[in-house]
Amino acid sequence: MNIRQNWIKRTIASGSKVRIKRRFIAYCLGLMSVAGVFCTTAQAEYGDIVLNNYSDQAQIRPVIFPHWFHRIRYRCKTCHGDLGFKIKAGGSEINMLKIINGEYCGACHNGKIAWAMENCDLCHSAKPGTPTQAHKSSKQSLISPQPVEKK
Amino acid sequence: MKTTDHIRVLAVSALICVASGSAVFAAENPNRFNRLFTPPEKAVQSIKDDGIHDPQGPAVGVLQEPKQAFAPLEKSISGNYVDWTASLRKQQISPLFDYQDPAKKPQPMDLNIVMEVKGSTPDVVFPHNIHTELLDCSVCHPQVFVPQKGGNQISMAEIMLGQKCGICHGSVAFPVSDCKACHSSKPPAAGGKKAAKKAADKAPKK
Repeated sequence: MNIRQNWIKRTIASGSKVRIKRRFIAYCLGLMSVAGVFCTTAQAEYGDIVLNNYSDQAQIRPVIFPHWFHRIRYRCKTCHGDLGFKIKAGGSEINMLKIINGEYCGACHNGKIAWAMENCDLCHSAKPGTPTQAHKSSKQSLISPQPVEKK
Repeated sequence: MKTTDHIRVLAVSALICVASGSAVFAAENPNRFNRLFTPPEKAVQSIKDDGIHDPQGPAVGVLQEPKQAFAPLEKSISGNYVDWTASLRKQQISPLFDYQDPAKKPQPMDLNIVMEVKGSTPDVVFPHNIHTELLDCSVCHPQVFVPQKGGNQISMAEIMLGQKCGICHGSVAFPVSDCKACHSSKPPAAGGKKAAKKAADKAPKK
């Protein structure tokens, strides 16, 4: 206890200016190190699909489809067999009209099975300008994302 | 400011400095082992800073965090770092086979296809079982794979560019870095594959 108190006395007894300086330096170091941890390259989850066929033109955030969330609840076959989703990022050319008609996402995202389409921002949640991609796919790491040809 | 407060400030910032200083060093070391690999602790990011979600968007904080969802599931070495097959087998997840009828169950087909490969790489064993648990026949046959033994020439280059197996393996299902998941046949006896095959051919057939 005595040693600790002595150490404190020594560190803070040398005048308020030094104390403020030390505190400032400590704070700065702390901030820098925290920033260093958080500024490493960020990556989303393997299999996250970004869909930006029409979003940027419509001035809304592109869609992110998290495969991981859906595969916990459904087998691949429900979407890629029954609902007719193409196994290609952006290949199904989904638009809101199709969803309103109960096709593709609209088969479940209708307010009965999953949230309804008025929750625009939950799907349209990507940074504006993010290209259509299968995030972290081996193809993406070999070839940069290509725009999907529209018919 | 009281002395105790001062101590607290110093101690906390010193701790942060030491803890994250080492992390910064680890990230900056140019000779780090497997420097192109994503270490598992960094693989699962929070949605806020994952690089594709808009941090200003209202979805942040509402959508489920992958870290939370993956916590009870079996771990693996690649992809989502989740062993989806083991998680399904152990019933940690129970994904529906039909989105309208929860009672509908898949009818898995037990048929392993062994595909011989070049060199000393173990042969590929393709299990129909887990694939039919998750998929319909029509997803792969006949557009992607001709339903005929030896009818499909597959190369790793094709797979990595998103063709054949690579339609799923490499974008959603476990990626090609998990070699042994597919190249899983048992190594042949001494003398390599050719010797083993010759021995099998010479063996008298009853």
